[in-house]
Amino acid sequence: MRLRWFRRGPDPLVCKEFVELVTDYLEGTLPAEQRARMDAHLAECDGCSGYLEDMRRLVGSLHATPEPPPDPETRDALLRAFRDLRGGST
Amino acid sequence: MHDDNALLSRLRAGDENAFAAFVAQHDGALRRVARTFVRTDAAVEDVVQETWLGVVRGLDAFEGRSSLRTWLFTILANRARSRAVRDARSVPFSALEDDDGPAVEPSAFDADGRWTSAPLRLDGDPESRLLSGELRGHLLAAVDGLGRDQRAVITLRDLVGLPAAEVCDLLDISEGNQRVLLHRARTRVRTALLPLMEVTR
Repeated sequence: MRLRWFRRGPDPLVCKEFVELVTDYLEGTLPAEQRARMDAHLAECDGCSGYLEDMRRLVGSLHATPEPPPDPETRDALLRAFRDLRGGST
Repeated sequence: MHDDNALLSRLRAGDENAFAAFVAQHDGALRRVARTFVRTDAAVEDVVQETWLGVVRGLDAFEGRSSLRTWLFTILANRARSRAVRDARSVPFSALEDDDGPAVEPSAFDADGRWTSAPLRLDGDPESRLLSGELRGHLLAAVDGLGRDQRAVITLRDLVGLPAAEVCDLLDISEGNQRVLLHRARTRVRTALLPLMEVTR
């Protein structure tokens, strides 16, 4: 029991907390100490490392996802308006 | 911003191809965001059209203090907000009216808060199935399945790629609210995709 002092510093973080903080972690908004707890957890938890990687990949995929193009009628109407208003070249 | 300058010059010079490409790139996201402000298809249609016309008319006055993308979505938010007020449909964005349960199923964790088994990965394949065409439709469907406020934030942040501070301005929400909505949205989109993943572990 006298060895209790050995476990210094903040409590270790568990997976359940990790998934709730993962966005703050990615956004870089966590205080340094909290970030260090996350990093310490990541170093020893494959499940959460994979989860973090998934989230990064998800964000990347969302950004790379093309939206469906406008229907041709709408597009042509916009291009006509552009031509009329800007009197441009082609 | 460098790309912005080139695009802006082409748009100002009346380059139709540049405008067509700009429209193709953002029209879908404009619709998606407009739908979070107004309710009917007709209102979405009007607001998006007014936005594009506002862009065309405003090109010369645009001072480049923000990115073109931010400018575009600012015009949209202003038009959509006025329309929602006019239709008496204006509801402020907030993380409060939203669900507030844990983002990940509590049953995924044991009593000590550890994963009961390794979490299913979105993508066990180095070829990245997530990026394949097959899954793009599912990604957008998952975003469309979110609640209004989460949908607005994840669209602007992750699909369009605007910075957090600008999204707060556009939706008139605090940074904390923005982060909560983004977190829930991303977590739910991931959860929605899991059934599509082959169990490869």
